Amino acid sequence: MSIATPTMQSANNAARPWYGWFVNDCIAVAKRQIITVLRIPQTLFFALFQPVLFVLLFSFVFGGAIPLPDGGSYREYLLPGIFAQTVTFAVAAATVGVAEDTSKGIMDRFRTLPVNQAAVIVGRSFAEMVERVLVITVMSVAGLVVGWRTHSSLFNVLMAYVMYLLFAYALTWMGIFVGLSVPSVQVAQTAGVAWVFPLTFLSNAFVPTQGMPVLLQHFAAWNPISCLALGGRTLFGNPTGTPGDAFPQQHPVLMAFVWSTAIIAVFSVLAVRKFRNKRG
Amino acid sequence: MSLAIEARGVEKHFGEVKALAGVDLDVQQGSVVGLLGPNGAGKTTMVKVLSTLLLPTAGSAKVGGFDVVTQADEVRHTIGLTGQYAAVDEYLTGRENLHLFGALYHLPPAQVRARAEELLEQFTLTDAADRTLKTYSGGMRRRLDLAASLIAAPSILFLDEPTTGLDPRSRLGMWEVITSLVQQGTTVLLTTQYLEEADQLADRIVVIDKGLVIANGTSDELKSEVGGDRLEIVISDGARLNDAQSALARIASGDIVTTDVSRTLLAPISGGSTVLPEAIRALDAAGVKFDDIALRRPTLDDVFLSLTGHVAEEEAEPAPKRRGRKKRAA
Repeated sequence: MSIATPTMQSANNAARPWYGWFVNDCIAVAKRQIITVLRIPQTLFFALFQPVLFVLLFSFVFGGAIPLPDGGSYREYLLPGIFAQTVTFAVAAATVGVAEDTSKGIMDRFRTLPVNQAAVIVGRSFAEMVERVLVITVMSVAGLVVGWRTHSSLFNVLMAYVMYLLFAYALTWMGIFVGLSVPSVQVAQTAGVAWVFPLTFLSNAFVPTQGMPVLLQHFAAWNPISCLALGGRTLFGNPTGTPGDAFPQQHPVLMAFVWSTAIIAVFSVLAVRKFRNKRG
Repeated sequence: MSLAIEARGVEKHFGEVKALAGVDLDVQQGSVVGLLGPNGAGKTTMVKVLSTLLLPTAGSAKVGGFDVVTQADEVRHTIGLTGQYAAVDEYLTGRENLHLFGALYHLPPAQVRARAEELLEQFTLTDAADRTLKTYSGGMRRRLDLAASLIAAPSILFLDEPTTGLDPRSRLGMWEVITSLVQQGTTVLLTTQYLEEADQLADRIVVIDKGLVIANGTSDELKSEVGGDRLEIVISDGARLNDAQSALARIASGDIVTTDVSRTLLAPISGGSTVLPEAIRALDAAGVKFDDIALRRPTLDDVFLSLTGHVAEEEAEPAPKRRGRKKRAA
């Protein structure tokens, strides 16, 4: 075996500007992540299983018992809500994945390499989206099967998907940050999911909020998941369940984009800092 | 010769706990230094500081001439690290793992592919190259982990307990690989709890305990600090221990220690193996029968015991999967 001198790599590094290596490192890490997701069919299966189960349960069990104020089809009302819930679960997948890599020492190993440190997690955040796209696709098919239809322009439908995926991306960053912060995989499993259920139920994702106590109605109105669900309904041309007067209810699509952008801005910075500062 | 690693007064505190309380460490280029100590002594913390994973609380360290705090990126270009746990992706194949690391070391793809094949061949992993790591044995994972560290041919290699948890055969395999790396000029800092491992591989041994260096020297130097050879004799009839003791008094170079329970007699001697037949004749003349007689050279275990007041394995962690190790190292 030949032991090359370390100057070999230094010379290599100079051959490309830092952003060239940033892209190189992102691709390398993302590729690894995507292969991993595809090699563990169980993870993907359960990522799909839960939302599809929700589509079926809510359509057939609660569907008949939940009348909409505007008299629309509950299944058409439901689907944009379940999309919102599903993309929110992105946080759990990212949290657990990052915590696992940390506990196995893979994150530390990456840190000892001459990589662009931010690229290690930026690459990961992109790769996580592959799973999200798959999940949303399967959900849409499940929705079509139970009778969900869109009633708007192709542009609006595409816009709705962009809105959902952007939010999924935002919560992926949140998940990466939480995953880097928790001490163990066990904690990650709880921390990643614990707050998602109450948050999705304290929204208009499954039922119109008119029946909630006033305080919760206010909370639900500003809840990003409500914005996302209502935004989806608006863009797909599905029943909206007579939204309230609050600003986010009147401009749900705008608010969904605002929420996503804000979350990305805050948590990408926090996550990159956390990854770098672990030397503490 | 220049220094590949140079640490001065390195301290690392975790809250109240001083994991490192001021460690000086010099590693000559091209040499192997074994960092020896019980669990919790600070070995891994030291490696983490030197490999830029942790910032030192105080003190300074240079690796390959670069400061680990202010020139971390340059240090990372110079080093390879193989940790206690094989930190490679178990869902990727062996070859994919090597390609990933090659890409992250910023090597040209063609060079990465060639180098990966070379390493797979060298570490006898070619047949398993397209299997995911999930199917690998512990020894194979460690070898692949080491191969991943070597993809960019680092001039300085950190091996943090490279054989912990491996069966004896895999351990020998790792030793061979490490030895051949050293012959090609790689500088190695090795941490281990196995005294035998340090004895086999390291040019110099640095013993640390409770975050401080308590001894530093070659294996032979450390052993001679503890004292010379000893005769260890197990007497057949415990009642005759005293007779044996007086028979051997002339031969021993110091005080003879006897242990009633094990019917054992320990006599410090000088003059090496020529003493052995002399001792047997003396016992014969006195009519004392014995079950066992052996010339014992001090082991690093003895060194450890005399330096720290406890054996190396005493503080071994209670993880059940590692329990088997105690027996082997004892």
